[in-house]
Amino acid sequence: MRALEKKLFRDFFRLWAQGLAIALVLACGVSIFLMSFGMFDALSNTRDAYYERNRFADVFATLRRAPKSLEPEIAGIEGVLAVETRVTGNAILDLPGKLASAVGQFISLPIAGEPRLNLPLLRSGRLPNPDNSGEVMVNEPFAEANGYVPGDIFHANLNGQKRPLTITGTALTPEYIYTIGPGDMMPDNEGFGIIWMPEPALAAAFDMAGSFNDVGLLLTRGANVENVIDALDALLDPYGAQGAHDRTLQQSNAFIDGELKQLKSMAYVLPPVFFGITVFLVNMVIGRIVALERSEIGLMKALGYSNIEVSLHYIYLAGLIALVGIGAGFAVGTWLSRGLAVLYANFFNFPYLIFSVSPNMYVLSGGLGLVTAMLGAIRSAMAAARLAPAIAMSPPAPPNYTLSLFDRLLALFRLTQPTMMILRNIMRWPLRAGLTALGIALAVAVLIAASFFEDSLDEMIDTSFYKSNRQDAMLILNSEMPENVIEEIRRLPGVLQVEGVQFHGAVLKNGHLQKRVAIEGRPEFADLSRIVGKDGRVVAAPRNGILLSKRLAGQLEVQSGELVTVEFLSGLRETHEIPVAGIITSYIGLAAYMEVGALDTLMRRAPRIGMANLSLDAARKDDFHAAVKELPGLAGTVMLGDTLESFQETIQQNITISTIIYMTIAVLITVGVTYNSARIQLSERARDLASLRILGFSKAEVSYILIGETALLALVAQPLGWLLGFGLAAAMVTGFESDLYSIPLVLNRDTFAWSSVVVLITAAVSALLVRRRLDNLNLIQVMKTRE
Amino acid sequence: MDMATSTPEIVFRTEGVTKVYDTGEVKVFALAGVDLQLYAGELTVLLGPSGSGKSTLLNILGGLDHATEGRVWFRDTELTKMKDRGLTRFRRDHVGFIFQFYNLVASLSARENVALVTDIAPNAMTPDEALEIVGLKHRMEHFPAELSGGEQQRVAIARAIAKRPEVLLCDEPTGALDSKTGVQVLEALDRINKDFGTSTVVITHAAEIRKMAHRVIRFQDGKIASVEVNETRLHPHEIDW
Repeated sequence: MRALEKKLFRDFFRLWAQGLAIALVLACGVSIFLMSFGMFDALSNTRDAYYERNRFADVFATLRRAPKSLEPEIAGIEGVLAVETRVTGNAILDLPGKLASAVGQFISLPIAGEPRLNLPLLRSGRLPNPDNSGEVMVNEPFAEANGYVPGDIFHANLNGQKRPLTITGTALTPEYIYTIGPGDMMPDNEGFGIIWMPEPALAAAFDMAGSFNDVGLLLTRGANVENVIDALDALLDPYGAQGAHDRTLQQSNAFIDGELKQLKSMAYVLPPVFFGITVFLVNMVIGRIVALERSEIGLMKALGYSNIEVSLHYIYLAGLIALVGIGAGFAVGTWLSRGLAVLYANFFNFPYLIFSVSPNMYVLSGGLGLVTAMLGAIRSAMAAARLAPAIAMSPPAPPNYTLSLFDRLLALFRLTQPTMMILRNIMRWPLRAGLTALGIALAVAVLIAASFFEDSLDEMIDTSFYKSNRQDAMLILNSEMPENVIEEIRRLPGVLQVEGVQFHGAVLKNGHLQKRVAIEGRPEFADLSRIVGKDGRVVAAPRNGILLSKRLAGQLEVQSGELVTVEFLSGLRETHEIPVAGIITSYIGLAAYMEVGALDTLMRRAPRIGMANLSLDAARKDDFHAAVKELPGLAGTVMLGDTLESFQETIQQNITISTIIYMTIAVLITVGVTYNSARIQLSERARDLASLRILGFSKAEVSYILIGETALLALVAQPLGWLLGFGLAAAMVTGFESDLYSIPLVLNRDTFAWSSVVVLITAAVSALLVRRRLDNLNLIQVMKTRE
Repeated sequence: MDMATSTPEIVFRTEGVTKVYDTGEVKVFALAGVDLQLYAGELTVLLGPSGSGKSTLLNILGGLDHATEGRVWFRDTELTKMKDRGLTRFRRDHVGFIFQFYNLVASLSARENVALVTDIAPNAMTPDEALEIVGLKHRMEHFPAELSGGEQQRVAIARAIAKRPEVLLCDEPTGALDSKTGVQVLEALDRINKDFGTSTVVITHAAEIRKMAHRVIRFQDGKIASVEVNETRLHPHEIDW
């Protein structure tokens, strides 16, 4: 090894603490980059492959009932490659040994051959025998959650008849990668299953012989989706169609889209922050080393080393630090990816999930890490190259301080000399001081952005469950029924109160803006499921007009009092101009409400309901469950207590994980910035501090000067951090907002305080680590040498 | 002051002071048993080749370093028994230091550098007074980078004397200066010694400077080689080196 290389490695080991502090910040950037881009690729590639192999449809439509003979006409639409018509429907399941009922989404299987589209992937057992009306195949997560294997039997209430069904096999489908039951907020594999049944048996059960109520289309490459949808709507219109849609409105696909969007925004926002901080830290540390090694640089050049060799020496030093960071980043990134893979495995039902992050991602993130560190070193390395040997070997001119306006201002405050030293140093290196404060502020911001979530979810739960949805259960009917069904439901055991509601698919339009939503009709003064206004007060369902959630109104750009065009997709399929009666708060879905009677009037029909909200006598819940299992015409039941519990459980788990991750990140940023900043202070000021010790200043007084600047910058960084944290939290809320849900921005004082406390304690510990070096300051040595 | 006739008051007293630097493989005796007395109001010059132990002794007297063996008293207080905190207090209250390299704080003006001391010492002069004594009152608001070497060293002297120390310990105060500027610095030291009766110890390589001292102590190999008393002292401006 050449002498210069030996020096390189010795310098690197001597600087291990500072190097490590930088490497860990870089590691954060590399690992998040690796994880988010890697997972994005893995998730989207897996999904694409799955969709392709199992022929996931491009266009979907549901209708009331159409004859099979319509199929050739649908196939004739320009751009359609394949058509699959099916019978689908929901039914209540009675699972052996389970008190509560479950919900089954039934899907027909063609008699001969496999389905042309949305091909289920057999995971165990076999397909049901078309000649045996008692055989079904279920989705694998449902079987696993309930411990079913082929041969097991459960019951389903099909069209008023409770029938035993034998499981012949399990399967997965691209239609239900994200499996969520009607009215649920989270996947509940135990209580919601996909049931495939041979078409003749299912058609008989749902009274659909020779007909279909669900159609999927696969399009040719380059087909115009809009035109196909319009043509399909025109064909299906007479058959009670709800309006066709493309993949973006397919629920499972929309959830994966949302996840991909989150991964992408994480990949684009976080790593650059870490890379930026790394550039700053490397620049600060290498800059100081070059300043300290001024005479060595002169010597190297005098000995005949070229400018390039000298500057490369310092760039390599940054490179070594980067290698440590990249190595740690690879390790943590791989570990995080595995963790996320487990999370995805719980959440999404893929038959295969390629979770190996591609080597390209390692090359790319590692390359970025190296470039980042070298970018930080380049300025100092160039400065080293520029130093003329003769000048380098003579001492540098002392830093030039002159009296400025700032000094005259300071004089007014009659500050002590140590305080003056601190303030003058900040004024002398304003950029460095500013970036140090910015780094610390970013740590505060990251913590705020991570910890506001819990308060936001509390608010969301409070609004959605305690203020708004106060019912204990929801009974979803297979189809709308006359209002008197409420009396029947009221007679069920344990039921205390019943309120009927109805839903109508509709397209809301305002000029060129339009949105497909479900309008909910509620009793004017509903007590169980209330509408909450923007100010938190309960609002009555309007008899003349429509209430829109804030997000929906925002998307349509309508204000209270303006008219909105409503194209109903059900009933008489008429279009009405309805005034916006008000804007309300709703975090889940794109809510729109009207008074239930007003809807019936619009549709010119006798009062009907599509769903019932119930309050229950807690002591009689078992009786209630037993009775529901026997009830015909139900598409599903939702127990809100269970929903809330599973929602909170899932969210809490995610919050704990993300809080730990973000806290680690914030601590690493703070340590990286404050430790290095204090070390540089010590290096630059060793001589001053030793002078002061000789003059009789105590260790505490000298520590004040050393730590004062870091402490002052850390304090100044707090309000800036709060501001950045607010911005980051607001950006995250916007980023997470989708048609499925939104998160309220709730920032409590506690969040700000907690974030500041964590960062300030970390900064204090980092600075104190450096302060300990003051104890070993050799007063005599420092005084004897010329700087 | 006539050192020969009156009974002088003792400021520093050492008994068998030894300082050993143990590098693991070899032991270096920087001081090998020094017995010495320094008197109040006296200007003493320490002479000797590099490594003869004069700086080590000065540092031990000033409470910057600990003796390996032996005892050191400042008046009635035994320094060798003091812990770090006590030594800091001792330096703060009683000692003024001057070094070859002036060790001014670059970010503080001349006046503020002096104020560093006057802020913490009891019974200190004002920075203006101290700077006037070294003839730099007119340069008070200037920063070190704006002062010449001689001026910077005079600021360092002003900083050292501003607390009215009982002893002034100077390690090569003119070492970095040309002889003309050096004379100005020596004159400042001489005046302070005369006007305030500050006991002053000066380490130097320039043997001519011994002519301004009351006593000259020569060091060799960590020991005192000789002590001579000057019958007649020269003024700094009469000295040329």
